[in-house]
Amino acid sequence: MNIRINKPLLHTNYGLCRKISFKVILLTTVALLFLSCGKNEKSSNVSISEDAASKVYVPPGQHDEFYGFISGGFSGQLAVYGLPSGRLFRVIPVFSVDAEKGWGFTEETKPMLMTSHGFIPWDDSHHSELSMTNGAPDGRWVFLNGNNTPRVARIDLTTFRTAEILEIPNSAGNHSSPFITENSEYLVCGTRFSIPVKEKDVPIESYREKFSGCLSFVKINPHSGEMNIEFQILTPPYNHDLSHAGKGPSHGWFFFSCYNSEEAHTLLEVNASQKDKDYMIAVNWKKAEEYVLQGKAKEYTTEYYHNKYDDKTHTGKSEVLNKVKVLEPSECPGIMYLIPCPKSPHGADVDPSGEYIIAGGKLATVIPVFSFTKMIKAIENKEFEGEVAGIPVIRYEAALHGELQNPGLGPLHTEFDDKGYAYTSMFVSSEVIKWDVKKLEVLDRAASFYSVGHIMIPGGDSKKPWGKYLVVMNKITKDRFLPTGPELTQSAQLYDISGDRMKLLLDFPTVGEPHYAQGIKADLISGKSLKIFKIDENRHPYAIKSVKDARVVREGNIVRVYGATIRSHFEPDNIEGIKVGDVVYFHITNLEQDWDIPHGFAIMGAENAEMLIMPGETQTLKWEPKTATVYPFYCTDFCSALHQEMQGYVRVQPKNSSPVIKYSTGTK
Amino acid sequence: MTSAFITPIWKISLEAPQYPEGLEMKIWINRITGDLQTINGLNHYIGMKTIEPDSIQELKIMPYTLGLLIIAGIFVSLTGKRKIFFVWVFLLILSGIAGGIDFYLWEYDYGHNLDPNAAIKVPGMNYQPPFIGSKKLLNFVAHSYPDTGGYIIIFSGVICLLILLIELNLISLNRKHIKSR
Repeated sequence: MNIRINKPLLHTNYGLCRKISFKVILLTTVALLFLSCGKNEKSSNVSISEDAASKVYVPPGQHDEFYGFISGGFSGQLAVYGLPSGRLFRVIPVFSVDAEKGWGFTEETKPMLMTSHGFIPWDDSHHSELSMTNGAPDGRWVFLNGNNTPRVARIDLTTFRTAEILEIPNSAGNHSSPFITENSEYLVCGTRFSIPVKEKDVPIESYREKFSGCLSFVKINPHSGEMNIEFQILTPPYNHDLSHAGKGPSHGWFFFSCYNSEEAHTLLEVNASQKDKDYMIAVNWKKAEEYVLQGKAKEYTTEYYHNKYDDKTHTGKSEVLNKVKVLEPSECPGIMYLIPCPKSPHGADVDPSGEYIIAGGKLATVIPVFSFTKMIKAIENKEFEGEVAGIPVIRYEAALHGELQNPGLGPLHTEFDDKGYAYTSMFVSSEVIKWDVKKLEVLDRAASFYSVGHIMIPGGDSKKPWGKYLVVMNKITKDRFLPTGPELTQSAQLYDISGDRMKLLLDFPTVGEPHYAQGIKADLISGKSLKIFKIDENRHPYAIKSVKDARVVREGNIVRVYGATIRSHFEPDNIEGIKVGDVVYFHITNLEQDWDIPHGFAIMGAENAEMLIMPGETQTLKWEPKTATVYPFYCTDFCSALHQEMQGYVRVQPKNSSPVIKYSTGTK
Repeated sequence: MTSAFITPIWKISLEAPQYPEGLEMKIWINRITGDLQTINGLNHYIGMKTIEPDSIQELKIMPYTLGLLIIAGIFVSLTGKRKIFFVWVFLLILSGIAGGIDFYLWEYDYGHNLDPNAAIKVPGMNYQPPFIGSKKLLNFVAHSYPDTGGYIIIFSGVICLLILLIELNLISLNRKHIKSR
């Protein structure tokens, strides 16, 4: 619109310029300055009416109010959605290989999936957790657990890529993870399976004697975000389910739910469901830190991988670590207390004030609410009903604020809004309840379709929830969407919780099976999003900074292609001198420095995948051609009008030949 | 006018559907900044020469030219002599015009000297951005306007010219006052 106003003014300017009228020049100058000021303003007034459609409708070109990071479950990845629209923006490859992006297939990303068990191409990611500052999500990193081969990952929210993966030793089934403290001091990894820790090869029947649970405390570097296992605490052979850190007055404590206090090792569905109460475990991690400083921790020898991705060398590196510090609660009084908790608790959730700890006992008929103040008093007054393996068991009533009666069936997980209300998912009765934490009254119920697991309110496990939307994540969808054969999508549902009653607004399908999720106000992340990697800062050992440096080099039977992409060609694009038996590395640098111009690289018969190369980045695809012929390669990411012309050929000659390396681009 | 050393003089900005955030090229007294690499990348499709600031002699000469003019200006104001001031203003306007012509010639050269083997043949083999104003070139709308430094130079030039005129008026209206100085 401004341009149209501009033009007549400029024509006037042309016409009068010879006359050099100062007034006109001055006026034009002022007018142009004035016009250029208002150029980038957009009108964003969207009136929201009462109906659901308008509440989730984000008009084309407009942005969502929140980012949602929904775990991919058995996909092993992390999905990024916009809320309230439910639009999927990106699936971040984390624990599973992703042929689309080359994750786990390029030479640079392979080390990220290395573990003490070798290269593991898949995992099961259950819970995402945002880094926090002063108890509120700060939008720097999001962490994700790997449940099967115990690991925890850190995703950088400037690049939306996995920056680090740390394997957790003495652990199996890293389920109660990666919950974080209010200033991201620690995240925790509690093992779901207890395993033999001291001796490895023992009969399964020796479960009670030889198996241990383990809670790992992973320290986070406040500047780089880098993780390291500061210490581990052994527990009796229970199954650790979920966790949350204390906050405000309860900062310094961590709460873990556990089941199988029966210590069963077979037919758990029956044998681990015998007792009326299992435990909520309270850990004083500040005290544990002191014991570690005093040298009370034992150093265990083990093996675990620490994989880091460097955005300057564009390369992942694995480090193999062998030592971990382990504390035993029986030797460290005051670090661990057990609170009886009905029955097989799942959620261990701390309200925004830090006073109330809520357990979701999935087989319980009530929801117990523990009071932090009462718990501390009970510890001071030694109101214990006994001890397990030297760990004091606090009397249930002594730590209890109260029980929420008749919540529904199968309470699992609780999140909070900013008005003092809690929301709990009911797996069995397939609903969400809204309730008053202090008064212990159910205020509202909303059906979920079907079998809700975790729920999420943006900031809902922090000190500062944005209590506008509630996302519930369902395990079963049945008739909710168009059928797709025996395997149906899982789903998330969005509710408006700004009023007294919860209102269902939207169903949307998810990637894999969603477990826990995190939400955050979009502007805490969007402004920091990286657009390109600066080519000048690229320190990849095989990067080239200019097309002039493109070359092909033979080193014995290894052939390295120092290649480049720039719209719309490869440099070099004709390569000869390779023979069967050679191992070819295509080191491709994308020389573009323009936002949203990745190039792809794919070559016929490659046994791995394609790779997508971001502007300024270098990635490597390994290729071992099997037969003598000419192989085409091409760009897979539609980069420009001449994308379809962006291609090249590699000639491969027989094994016993001795061809000379030749390469070129164009007819220069 | 010294502000031209710390602010860009001219700005060419480009708009296209694929570039909602816009592309721009800022011409400073001694360098070119902005999305030059991207603009060069796009220009290669129509066979335009690569814009390489290092090979543009004007960017090396301009700081000295303007520097000399400023220093000369200070001396002129110190002497307080009208005739020298007139000569200085004349030189200022002359270098302004010379700069403008030179800028136009560069634009003409880049806009007309297109590689005939390029992927896209521009109709009429002319892709010259406007000297001042806006122009549609294929999928781009190009805007070419002075930037902060440019406006300040123009503004200072205008003030000088204004003073010159006032001085000339004073000759006829208030001679006595000047004599009594």
